[in-house]
Amino acid sequence: MALLQGLGAALPEHRVANIFKPLATPAQSEYHIALLVLAITGAIFVVVAGLIVYTIWRFRRRPGDDAKQEPPQVYGSNQIEVAWTVIPILIVFVLIGVSARVIASVQNASPPPQMLKVTLIGHQWWWEVRYPDYGIVTANEIHVPTASATYLELQSADVIHSFWVPQLAGKTDLIPNRTNYSWIDPREPGVYFGNCAEYCGTQHANMLLRVVAQAPEDFKRWAAEQQKPAAENAAFQSLSCVSCHTIKGTPAKGKFGPDLTHLMSRRTLAAGAIANTAENLRQWVKDPQAAKPGSLMPSLQLTDQELGQVVNYLESLQ
Amino acid sequence: MASIDYPLERPRPKEGEFSFSETLYRWVATVDHKRLGLMYIVTALLFLVIAGLMASVMRLQLAFPNNHVVGPETFNRLFTMHGTTMVFLVGMPFVAGLSNYLVPLMIGARDMAFPRLNAFGYWIFLFGGLLLYFSYIGGGGLSGHGSAPDVGWFAYAPLTSKAFSRGASTDFWILGILVAGIGSVASALNVIVTTICMRCPGMTLTRMPMFVWVMLIDSWLIIIALPPLTAAQVMLLIDRFLGGNFFNTQAGGSAVLWQHFFWIFGHPEVYILIFPAFAILSEVIPIFSRKPLFGRAAMVGAVVAIGFISLGVWAHHMFAVGMTSWSNTFFAASSMLVGIPTGIKIFNWTATMYGGKLRLDTPMLFCCAFLLQFLVAGLTGIMLAVSPFDWQLHDSYFVVGHFHFTLIGGLVFGLFAGMYYWFPKATGKLLCEKLGRWNFWLFVIGFETTFIPMHFLGILGMPRRIYTYAPDRGWDFWNLVSSLGVIAQAAAIALFIWNVIDSIRSGEKAGDDPWDGWTLEWATSSPPPEYNFEKLPVVRSSRPLWDLKHPHDPDWKFEQ
Repeated sequence: MALLQGLGAALPEHRVANIFKPLATPAQSEYHIALLVLAITGAIFVVVAGLIVYTIWRFRRRPGDDAKQEPPQVYGSNQIEVAWTVIPILIVFVLIGVSARVIASVQNASPPPQMLKVTLIGHQWWWEVRYPDYGIVTANEIHVPTASATYLELQSADVIHSFWVPQLAGKTDLIPNRTNYSWIDPREPGVYFGNCAEYCGTQHANMLLRVVAQAPEDFKRWAAEQQKPAAENAAFQSLSCVSCHTIKGTPAKGKFGPDLTHLMSRRTLAAGAIANTAENLRQWVKDPQAAKPGSLMPSLQLTDQELGQVVNYLESLQ
Repeated sequence: MASIDYPLERPRPKEGEFSFSETLYRWVATVDHKRLGLMYIVTALLFLVIAGLMASVMRLQLAFPNNHVVGPETFNRLFTMHGTTMVFLVGMPFVAGLSNYLVPLMIGARDMAFPRLNAFGYWIFLFGGLLLYFSYIGGGGLSGHGSAPDVGWFAYAPLTSKAFSRGASTDFWILGILVAGIGSVASALNVIVTTICMRCPGMTLTRMPMFVWVMLIDSWLIIIALPPLTAAQVMLLIDRFLGGNFFNTQAGGSAVLWQHFFWIFGHPEVYILIFPAFAILSEVIPIFSRKPLFGRAAMVGAVVAIGFISLGVWAHHMFAVGMTSWSNTFFAASSMLVGIPTGIKIFNWTATMYGGKLRLDTPMLFCCAFLLQFLVAGLTGIMLAVSPFDWQLHDSYFVVGHFHFTLIGGLVFGLFAGMYYWFPKATGKLLCEKLGRWNFWLFVIGFETTFIPMHFLGILGMPRRIYTYAPDRGWDFWNLVSSLGVIAQAAAIALFIWNVIDSIRSGEKAGDDPWDGWTLEWATSSPPPEYNFEKLPVVRSSRPLWDLKHPHDPDWKFEQ
């Protein structure tokens, strides 16, 4: 436990997800085209807004003006009309060309052969994270190694969600009956924050996602820990928790809620709604609706004794 | 020679005293396009106030992190109802109200082509609006889940399926909008027929006022764009009540299909909403610059082009659904093309002002602010059209900032220009200019304070439609600033309402032609009699009253 928590705590946290501070290739290419577009639109703004403001200022009626005297009546000019049609056309064609290149480079990038495959499945209102090559199932945190790319298969179990970790990659939706793809390659170890970016119901706001990028050897250690099954617990298995949650190595095989096998290795509870502390865990199990109203996890009306047993067991799931 | 013929002594409407019930009857039973127009506009203003109050509650909730003014369910209903109301119950009736009131007056007609259809359109629209709001009471349905709809104004499938939206709230959304849409189509049809068939002698299409041109194209766009939404809503009803599976992903339906249907309506819809502002500016700017509209033909062409291109850009709302790179490139390109005709419009308005004598009264102030704000909206629109940039900006607060710059900074500012401009015609009283200036400056300050920070929030990774956020994400400051702007905006709207009430009661008499106008509505009395014109006017140019006022220098000498 100390080892795992030590790993996590040492990582810098990128809570402010500024799209202009990209830390992975897809976000970087989006950032570069953004700079170009900002420069072009900024220049247009300065010129056109300048013209408008100058016109208003220069031609405003002044106190001494003869109200009866109308200004010269000008109906138009084909030359001027053509000029301010052709110039925008040229600008637009430059932008179309540049966009087409970036779209192709991000969307059609062939993944490197030894990339990590992760399946990300959206649920109301949490993320299921599966590592098919490692046999790991976890939730709300995607652990990835730095220095290589991670390929994400995006699916949804219910409604549309959207994967967005601004400093790593722009959005791709998770749509039921459809598999989308995205990829990330964080360069530095760190915890990158993201949110579900498509409105998905009551608790859309508290559907937070973290990408935990670790040095390759740290990632391997993490994966090895996650592959281990958990110990059984009679008290826990006698409660209805098991109908929704899976704990590997035990009869708990529910699919509706997040896999809890290594719950304590995660930073938060309830998809980022609250920090994963002993007190919060207790409150969460006791009454999920208090911390995350509308959450699909019901209050099970546990007695204090049952609550203590459940929390003790969950705290053992390192 | 005067190119227009109207009597100098114009008959006034009877100043009869009516009892309350008689007055009520005269309004409810009316088929007069002016009364219906005013009813549309007053209803739209009422819904604007309701939607504004909803927005204020949302800004209050988002002013601080982890705030508890409203819970998630209430918040989600608020943004759903705010968006739906603003688009369908504020924007659309303003389109209908303005065109109803002004199109017959401007083309020298006595009424719309189908007065009864017109009345039907208003009442069915109002019924649709009330049906939507009845969801607050009836949305629980038999199962007791939900009240008002909480699926967003875009109502993405499969969030709207029975599995994820129990109760009747979504059905109220579907039926309310469907029914209100019948009114919009009826009114659009009426505008088209009126414009084509009822222009006064001499008013060829090339002499038709720019306002009428834009409303004509707007009406075509309504007729083309609304049916796909209605069809999709019927399919959704079939899903919800008859076991259909068009959008039911659990049975193999398609969630993306709904998005295509919705945005094939939804993107033309935003142009449907902004066109009335274009129409208003094209009348107000020339009058207050004392020059004719620069490049009339190009202006008509630009609106036609925008309308046409707008039918082929819908999937730029869907850059994140995983379309192929070819589709993304196509829709990025088509969306950017809109920038060209829009640019032409802004340049032509500016050129109209250039060399003029700008009378910076309240209507013109709103037009000036429109130009700058709409410019910003257009440029952020270009950013969103560049699909790689959009993968970051999509569904973030940047988008919220962008479309409020178009719809508030553009549409609502344009509507205010129009209301200050035509209020004297409709009521015979001038709005107080001093209050108007206060209204304008408070609105500008509030608007910028609220909506500029939203762009920054989007850049800092804040997604839309979240009811709360943690304090450590870097979003606190800009959210607070954004919420503070609401105070000035609310004060501006309150001042406007007061100005309207006070001016109707004791405002300065306007006279028939307070702005020295050039189009036919200023040739009749204020307010106009029921029959608009005693003798139908005859026009020989696009500025009939200019010809009349400048017999030595009439437009018809230069126009073909």
